[in-house]
Amino acid sequence: MTDAATTQLAIETHGLTKMFGKQTAVNGIDLAVPRGSVFGFLGPNGSGKTTTIRVLLGLASATSGDVSVLGQPLPGRLPQVLPHVGALIEGPGFYPFLSGTANLMRLDTADRFVTGATRRKRVEQALERVGLTHAAAKKVKAYSLGMKQRLGIANALLTPRDLIVLDEPTNGLDPQGTREVRNLVRSLTAEGTTVFVSSHLLAEIEQMCTHAAVMRAGSLVAQGSLDDLRRAGQTRVRVLTRDDLAAENVLRSIGLMPDHRESAGDGVVALTAPLPDDRQPDAIVAALVAGGVRVRGFSVEGSTLEDLFVALTGEGFDVVQ
Amino acid sequence: MGAAPDEGESTPSASPAREGSAASTGTRTTPSAGWALLGSEISVLFRRRRTWVMLIALAAIPILIAVAVRISSAGSTPGRGPAFLGQITNNGLFVGLVALIICVPLFLPLTVGVVAGDTIAGEASSGTLRYLLVAPVGRGRLLLVKFVAAATFCVAATLVIVIAGAAIGAALFPVGPVTLLSGDTVSLGEAGVRALLIAAYVTLSLLGLTAIGLFISTLTDIPVGAMAATVVFAIISQVLDSLPQLDWLHPWLFTHYWLNFADLLRQPIDWSSFGSNALLQLAYIAVFGALAYGRFSTKDVLS
Repeated sequence: MTDAATTQLAIETHGLTKMFGKQTAVNGIDLAVPRGSVFGFLGPNGSGKTTTIRVLLGLASATSGDVSVLGQPLPGRLPQVLPHVGALIEGPGFYPFLSGTANLMRLDTADRFVTGATRRKRVEQALERVGLTHAAAKKVKAYSLGMKQRLGIANALLTPRDLIVLDEPTNGLDPQGTREVRNLVRSLTAEGTTVFVSSHLLAEIEQMCTHAAVMRAGSLVAQGSLDDLRRAGQTRVRVLTRDDLAAENVLRSIGLMPDHRESAGDGVVALTAPLPDDRQPDAIVAALVAGGVRVRGFSVEGSTLEDLFVALTGEGFDVVQ
Repeated sequence: MGAAPDEGESTPSASPAREGSAASTGTRTTPSAGWALLGSEISVLFRRRRTWVMLIALAAIPILIAVAVRISSAGSTPGRGPAFLGQITNNGLFVGLVALIICVPLFLPLTVGVVAGDTIAGEASSGTLRYLLVAPVGRGRLLLVKFVAAATFCVAATLVIVIAGAAIGAALFPVGPVTLLSGDTVSLGEAGVRALLIAAYVTLSLLGLTAIGLFISTLTDIPVGAMAATVVFAIISQVLDSLPQLDWLHPWLFTHYWLNFADLLRQPIDWSSFGSNALLQLAYIAVFGALAYGRFSTKDVLS
C-alpha cells in the first residue's frame, strides 16, 4: 500500500534519457501516464516519440533515468510486465509469405503466458475486432498498408492487456479506418485498459485522448489532462471593426491588452487581445457596443490544442533536431 | 461509507485484477515450456519457398551425378574426380556418398549460411523482431529456438542429399552389399545405417557454422550481409586448412574434420574423428552462442 501513488500510473519515467552516440534522442523526460487514461503522445517526426516507446517496451535500453511500467521497474521486471502490454511499434511487421491468421498465431506462440488451447479462437476474435476476418486467410504480401496496420493492432489485442501502446496507429488508414481506431480505443478504455497512443497529427487523436504529452526535439514540453493543456493555451479575442481606436480604448478600459492589429480590408481592422481567465467574452461585446463601437465581428480564438501544439512544436516541415 | 470493513481493499481497483479471469481469457500465470515457439519457428522455416528451393537444389546434385555417370557409360578413370565416384556403377548406394563429398565444401555451407545468417537479421529486416521481443519471447530463448531451427535445417539438408542419392542410385544402378574401406562387406541394411551415420556426421559438422551464422546475424539488420559473411567464414576456414604453413591452426578450424567421415566406413567403425569433430563443433557452438547472447541480450533493437 505504500506505493499506492505509483501503482496509479501505468507508465512513469524520471529523467529518461536515450543517447545514440553523441546525439541525444530523448532528453530527460518525466512521463506520468495515469491508469485507465487514453494518453496522447504528440510531437513532430523525429522528436523522440518512437525512441521513448522502444525504451518503455525494453527494445532499447535507457542511457540514464528510471522507467516503470504498470508499477514495475524496467528493465529488471520486463519479462513480468510485457505479457500485460500489447504494442504496435513504428508500423506493423509481418512475414509476407504467411497469412494474417498464421502471422498472429506465430507471434502468439512467442508469449509463454498464454495457453495454446485458446490460440486460434483468440486470433479469430482479434481479427474480427479490427475488421479483417474476410482477409484472414490471405497472405500478408497481398494486404494494403491499412490492412497491415489493422493486423498490427490485432496483434496487440491477442490477449486482454492492461496497457496498449499504439505508435502512429492511424498511419496509412483512410478516414473511416481512423474512425474505427478511435472506436476501438474507446472500447478498450471501457474494459479498463490504459492506451498510450503516439501521433504527429494532433487532430487524429485529440477526440479520443483524456491526457496528452507533447515532445519537441527529445524533450517533454507539456503534459497533463486535456483540460489542463487547453487552459495552458492562451485564449484570445478578436474584434473586427471600423472604429479601431474607440475599440482599443474600450478594451483597455475593461482590462484587456490589445497587442495586435491588422487590416481586414474595406476599412475594417482586426484587433486581437489575450483573454484573461476571469473575463467573460459576452461582457466584452456588451462593453464595446455600449462604448459606441460598431462591431463587425467578434470571436474567441486560440483555445484549441492545435494552437498549443503548433506553438510548442513549431509549424511546417522544419524538424527540430 | 465506513460500513464495510474491507472496502478500503476493494475500492481503488485501478490495479490489474486479471488473475481471477485467467481461465476465460487464455492467459496463464506461470509460463509454459515454450515448445510452441519452436514448432512455429520450424514450420515458418519450412513454409518459405526459399527453404524448399535450397533443398531441391541439394537433391538435384546426387541426381546430376548419377545421370552423368550413367550417360558416360565409359566409366571414370581411376584417380580422377571425387572419391568413390568409380564405385557408383557397381553399387548405386555410393551416389549419396559422392554427392555429400561434393556438397560439403560449398553447397551445404551456402544453404546453411542462408538459414543461419537469416535467423535474427531476417526478423529484424521484416520488422517482426520487435514484435517477437515485445510478445515477450525473451532474447536468450529466441536465440536458442533460432539455433535449434537452423540445426533442423542442417539435418534436413544432409538427409535430402543422402536419400535423393540412395533413390536415384537404386533407380539407375545395381544395388547390393557394400564393400567397406577396410575390405569387409556389409549388408544393405547395415550400409543404410552407415549412410545415416555419415549424414549425422555432416550435420554435426555444420553446427559450428550455424552458431557462427547466428552470431553474425545478431550484428546486422541486413540478412543478405549476414548470409554472405557466414559463407565467407566457411570458405576462409577451408582455405586456411589447406595451407601447410598453418599446421598448428588446423585442429582449431571448424572445417578441419568436415570430410573425415570415411572412418565411418571401416569395420569396426573408427570413432576418433567423429569424437574430435563433435568436440570441436561443441566448442564453436559454445563460443559463438555466448558471443551471440552477449551481443543480442544488450542490443538496442531499432529495426
